[in-house]
Amino acid sequence: MTKNGKISFFSKTDVEDIDAVNNQAVSVINSQTGSVAFSVLVNGFLFKKALMQEHFNENYMESGKYPKATFKGTITDMSKVDFKKDGSYNVTVTGDLAMHNVTNKVTVPAVIVVKGTTLSANTNFKVKLDDYKISVPKVVENNISKTIDLKVDCNYEAR
Amino acid sequence: MNALKIWCLLLLMGMFYKAGAQDTTDLMNLLEKEMTSTKDMTFYTTATFKTTRLVNGHSVENVAKGVLDVKISHRFGNLNEGFYELFGLDKATMRMGFDYGITNSLMIGVGRSTYQKTYDAFFKLKILRQSKGKRKMPITLSYVPTIAYRSLKWEDPTIKNYATSRLSYSHQLIIGRKFSEGTSLQLMPTFIHQNLVTGANDPNDLFAIGIGGRQKITKRISINVEYYYQLEDYKLPGTRNSLSVGFDIETGGHVFQVHFTNSPGMNERTFIADTKGRWDKGDILFGFNISRVFTIRNKH
Repeated sequence: MTKNGKISFFSKTDVEDIDAVNNQAVSVINSQTGSVAFSVLVNGFLFKKALMQEHFNENYMESGKYPKATFKGTITDMSKVDFKKDGSYNVTVTGDLAMHNVTNKVTVPAVIVVKGTTLSANTNFKVKLDDYKISVPKVVENNISKTIDLKVDCNYEAR
Repeated sequence: MNALKIWCLLLLMGMFYKAGAQDTTDLMNLLEKEMTSTKDMTFYTTATFKTTRLVNGHSVENVAKGVLDVKISHRFGNLNEGFYELFGLDKATMRMGFDYGITNSLMIGVGRSTYQKTYDAFFKLKILRQSKGKRKMPITLSYVPTIAYRSLKWEDPTIKNYATSRLSYSHQLIIGRKFSEGTSLQLMPTFIHQNLVTGANDPNDLFAIGIGGRQKITKRISINVEYYYQLEDYKLPGTRNSLSVGFDIETGGHVFQVHFTNSPGMNERTFIADTKGRWDKGDILFGFNISRVFTIRNKH
């Protein structure tokens, strides 16, 4: 379980780069069954530019209406991970990613690192804005990438 | 050491005993419980208005720390001047302004208006911020003092004139509240002092109460109204109350404000205390403000 998982995203276009980070993602992994869940407050993402943060909340994610983004799924090949042995294990996570009132099935590769009694997990994957009904107006269409790189980095503590 | 490891592992594993589809739901419920502990957090209201000005006057918004906001504003002539003046478009007064956020609750700004060749400067301090969660605050409260210097040539250069006669001051409190995603309202009690007034019996100190608000029409467009009521005993003869109606149109880093108003001036003294036009007589001016923000210093 972690209460300060790090989720960041990155949008790169010729016009500008946009990145934001949220260090307050809450997540749990059930090491027995491989079930995983994430929950994060959308307005907790911090941007370098204040106006970007405002637009992110007001215009794109509408965090007033849809305050949370969540993921629930399973690590399909949890059996690969040997919790008794330090090391990093490549796994596949599949489940439902929900944000902006849209839920999509996603399957992404992830890495689980076991070190002593701690466990960390990280993954990089892409999401399409269209898939989550996040529309970008014509005038700024060149400023925001249509696919966003998402990065998740969590250190779990046993509970 | 090994025993400890195994113990921790057992703890980790023993936390959940159910398997299958029910499991993720349980995890989610657990997360929800953890999230409710964020009730200890304070959530500040943001974006009460789209920009730091409602129409002519200040809104309760500040520019963020390290952000420069360049504002170019125009007011054209009166609509009732007819086709010959292309309904006022042949005439224009403008104000060029530069606002900067020193902290998230303190901004400073300077400007120059062609109207009466006026220089102005102000700062805006957020005293209270609307918030919910652990710390609850129903309103945002800001204090905006301004100083303006009218640099028009002396009407009578033969007499002794004092530079201080050109100065005027205003002190304004702004009490604002974002009622919902689309609706925000604010009250603006204002005190204005002019060092020199035209008539011997004209008051130097003026009081006005402003009321204004916005209603979003779409995510990026809102309709704004701003009205300043001058207290009867504290107004200059021949002046009217300032009424403005406009739209905010937001496109990325720009906010365009287009509006109709009866005030040609764009600093506190001129639009609150020196508005002579009447809406019912058609003394209405078309105008716009363009705001472009530049992030000078990144947040982190």
